Formats: sequence, structure tokens, C-alpha cells
Amino acid sequence: MSDYNFAYLDEQTKRMIRRAILKGLAVPGYQVPFASREMPMPYGWGTGGVQVSAATLTPEDRLKVIDQGADDTTNAVSIRKFFERTAGVATTEMTQDATVIQTRHRIPEAELTEDQILVYQVPIPEPLRFLEPRETETRKMHSLQEYGLMHVKLYEDISQHGAISTAYAYPVRVAERYVMDPSPIPKFDNPKMEMAAIQLFGAGREQRIYAVPPYTRVVSLDFEDYPFEATKADHACDLCGAEDSYLDEVIMDDAGTRMFVCSDTDYCRSRREAAA
Amino acid sequence: MYVAVKGGERAIENAHAWLAEERRGDTSVAELSLSQIREQLSLAVNRVMAEGSLYDPDLAALAIKQARGDLIEAIFLIRAYRTTLPRFGASRAVDTGAMACDRRISATFKDAPGGQVLGPTFDYTHRLLDFKLAAEGAVPPAPSAPPRREPTPHITEFLGQEGLIQSEPESEVAPRDLTREPLEFPADRALRLQSLARGDEGFVLGMAYSTQRGYARNHAFVGELRIGRVTVEMEIPELGFAIEIGEVELTECETVNQFKGSKIEPPQFTRGYGLVFGQSERKAISMALVDRALRWQELGEDNLGAPAQDEEFVLSHCDNIQATGFLEHIKLPHYVDFQSELELVRKLRREAEERIAHREAAE
Repeated sequence: MSDYNFAYLDEQTKRMIRRAILKGLAVPGYQVPFASREMPMPYGWGTGGVQVSAATLTPEDRLKVIDQGADDTTNAVSIRKFFERTAGVATTEMTQDATVIQTRHRIPEAELTEDQILVYQVPIPEPLRFLEPRETETRKMHSLQEYGLMHVKLYEDISQHGAISTAYAYPVRVAERYVMDPSPIPKFDNPKMEMAAIQLFGAGREQRIYAVPPYTRVVSLDFEDYPFEATKADHACDLCGAEDSYLDEVIMDDAGTRMFVCSDTDYCRSRREAAA
Repeated sequence: MYVAVKGGERAIENAHAWLAEERRGDTSVAELSLSQIREQLSLAVNRVMAEGSLYDPDLAALAIKQARGDLIEAIFLIRAYRTTLPRFGASRAVDTGAMACDRRISATFKDAPGGQVLGPTFDYTHRLLDFKLAAEGAVPPAPSAPPRREPTPHITEFLGQEGLIQSEPESEVAPRDLTREPLEFPADRALRLQSLARGDEGFVLGMAYSTQRGYARNHAFVGELRIGRVTVEMEIPELGFAIEIGEVELTECETVNQFKGSKIEPPQFTRGYGLVFGQSERKAISMALVDRALRWQELGEDNLGAPAQDEEFVLSHCDNIQATGFLEHIKLPHYVDFQSELELVRKLRREAEERIAHREAAE
């Protein structure tokens, strides 16, 4: 398409975003303010991730887009189509074939490699936001490593419910410095964040980019006597039999019969193909 | 047997086709032209230009047509287009004192040089449905008079001559650009005004209204409200001087606010300011009230804890494109988060039931 630049954004804007990405990689977990652009899709639909992907993609890249772990959810389809149209890059549904993977709410089950970049869409980048609504305050708290409030919150959960009642967007500490929101991935995915691939996080509406470089220490916050636990439905996938993958629960009939299937559609498909 | 939902792509295409059909409506009814929208729905066009931050009535009309009259959607279309345009530079500050006023009123002086000019206002219309409009017909021409040639001075200048109103020192510092830099706090006044100028009319109105009802009341008088066209001039580096590059219609509101003085300022009148593209006076007045409320710190007033005094609250939530996007995104799939919540609630319930059973057994 000739009306727009490669991957939609103009080169100046991409340069500005790349500077923010590099700064983010240099200071793991730190939220870098960037001049987010209005994209041709609404805020909340992944504009941060789309801008990061646009600044990251080269014509040789092969892109995979997932939402809730699946390649065929409507918004994943829409974003994949956007880049097919504006960047003309090759796309794939196979995790291992992709060089850039844009995701919403999941980390793929297959282990990622050093040749891959995982781009997360982030709604609220500030892990302290629901404890302190003011940005001016939370930035101060980060600079002073004043994370006591977060531990008090987790402690209150335990004293009230007997367990930490955060099931997704479970806060992590990156490289022993910044407390970071991993985006609304289920806490099942948290341990995967120590990986070989580059992880980039884009929050368009909130105008923030942050990053986790390869092989960086990412620790889910917990207590010695209440250690972090990556949980999932206590079932195996009803389609591929996997016992190690995160599952979606599907209601099958009026009687409320449930079925559990892999949320990562590529993982499930490849396992079934291998078995066939 | 469960089959994973496929065919998202076809569903999206079909939805778009249906949307296009719905937009057109009954094809036996003549289609709206852009010039009809531009000329006959001009206040909608003005709002789209103001909150879209792009002065182009034809594109705004196109956006309104494409958005089926949903103005926030139209504003979004304009914003998404605007952000792709290159930025050549900044114009000189427009001189609203030289405005060719269609409307100019003051609530603080019965008369002043330039006079009170009602202009095309709804103010004194009786809100009775005009059923004649249901039938098409020609409108009789309005009476006309030769326009004033001389400039219309600002009302606040007369107060300034006596030193009764706080002066606004001129600044040569180029204001930051909200569309090119991330919004960070504290924001200076220029940035606040930029943000309010493109902020949602309803939100800014609600904030302004809250100050009138006592949440950081600031006793505003409309010192002046003027609507008209001003020329836009730009310095061209190659030429070494400024040339006129066009004309825009603006609404400007200056409020005169009662002020008893503070620890750092003597008793005097203070100002709130609103400036909006097109004829958008509700927005301009609201903006001026909110601007004044946000100036509490600079004027040494107390923070009363009112929402309209809270810069971070107002500026972070006044943009309707951000707000509508985030609000509406909750209709996107959230199965994964929801699944993790399901697991958690089941676990907590199981444990709670065990505790109750344990207690009952003990009793």
C-alpha cells in the first residue's frame, strides 16, 4: 500500500518509539513515557502493542498475533490484517516460525528463542495504580523503591482470604529493581517471563513503553510462607490431552456441561497433529 | 463436540458490509452530501474540528457522515487522520483582538467599544419545535448591516488599565505540543489549555458546572465571549517574514473572576480562558471556568480537594477518544483473565466452606 509508510507509522515516530524501547531495555521494568500516536484502531484495542510492533518490524520479519492465546480471535485477526496491509510482512500462526509475536493476555506455551520478540498489549502499565491513582505519586514511589504498599495489599489478601487474590496481572519485580505489571496475563504465565526472547510492553493510551531484556530475573511477588503459585484449571485439555497448558473453560450445553481446551490454539493444534 | 471458534475474518468483513448498509439507511431517501453536513450541521462540524484538533470543515463533514452522526467516532476518525500529517511548524499567535466578530457579548459591562453583538445565537430563542422546518422551504434573508472595520478591543484590557485584573505576562517560550510529547505532570497552563481545548465537551461542561455548584467555586463572570474569524500567519524561514496562510473561525471566552487576594496576590480580578475552533461557546465558557479552577496553586489559593482543581484528574480523563476506547475495550474477549478469576473464586469458596464445616464439626 503506497498511501502510508511501511508499518503505517512515519519514520520519525518510529525512531521516537525505538528510542523509548532502547531506554526500556536499558532500564528493565521502568516505564518510559512516549508520545503515543492516535492509531486507526481505538485505545484499548492494543494501540501500544501495535506501535511497538510497527517500530520493531522489518520487511523480513514474520509476524504472529494472538489474543487470549488464540490466533483467530477477532481482534488478533484485525491486527494481523492491519500489518499485512500496511507492512506487507509475512504472517504465521506457528509460534516457532514467528520473529515478532504480538500478544494480548497470554504468553505462548512453546518456549521462545533468542531470535524472537514478544510484544505485549498493556491496558494499565502502572502496577501501583489501584493502590494509588496518582501518576505523580506512583512515579515517586518507583524512584524511591517504595513498594511497601504492594506488600501490604498482598498481606491483606492473605489475612482476609487466606490466599493472594490476584489471579492475573500479578505483579513482578524485574532485575531486583522495578515492580512491573506483566499486563493482564494469568499468573500461570508469570514464570515464563524469564526467557530468551526480548519482551516489549506497549501502553498506547497511557503513553508508556517498558521492556524485559532476555534472561532477566523476573520474580513474582510473594512471601516465604505464602510462596507464589502458578495456577490453572485442574484438568487436561479435552482436545490434545496436554496437562501443562493454560486452559479455557467452555460451556457446552444448557445443562452447563463444561469442557476444557488449550487457550494457546497453536500449541493445541501442533500437539494434535503430532499425535495423528 | 466442541469446535474452536473460527472465521473471525469473515465475521469482521460481514460486519463491515452490514455497517456500511446501515450507514446509508433507506436508499429511497436521498443521500447526504458533505456540503449539506458542512453547511447545515455546522455546529456538529465545529465540535468535530475542535476535539479532533484539526481545522478542516470538509474532512469533519466526511467524518460525521462516515460515523453515522456519532460525533465521538467522527472525532476519532479526524484524530487518526491528523496524526499521520507532517508538522511543518507553528503559526504566530493569532490576534483575537483583530477578530472579525460575528458575535461579541460581555456580561460585565452594559456597553463597551465594539458594542454588544448578539450574532447567530440560540440564547433567546423559545425552544419550541419549529414544524415549518419539517417541510422544506426557503429561509427569508436576515437583515444585514455593514460590518465594523475597526478592531474590537478585549474587555479585560479596560480592567487591566486600572490594574484591577491580574496581568498575564507575555512569554516567548514555545509551548509544548501535547500531540508530540507525552503528557506529564505537573503540566503548565499552556499544556492544560491545549488539553482542555481538545477535551470532551460534556466532560469539560460537567467539570465547569461542578465549580458553579460549590466544588471550588470561583465566581466567574463572562467578561467577554466573542466568535468570529481570525487570520493565521506563519513565519516562512525562506522568506524571513510572516505570511497569511488562512483564516479560522474561533470562539474565545475570557472570564473575570472575583478574587479576595491570597498570601501571594493582592485583591484583584483573575482570569479564566477558553479558546475553541468554530462556534462552540458552551465549550469555550466551560473551558474558561475549568482553567480558572486549575490555577489555584499559581494564585496561592487553597486546595479544596475539588475535582476541577485536580489537574491530574481533569487532564487524564478529559480526552474522549482515550476514554471511549478504554471504556469500550471491556467488550473484547477477556476469557483468560476471567478463567483465572474463576479458578480463584472456586478455590477461595472451597477453602471457606472447609473452614465453616470444620467449625461446625468442632461445635
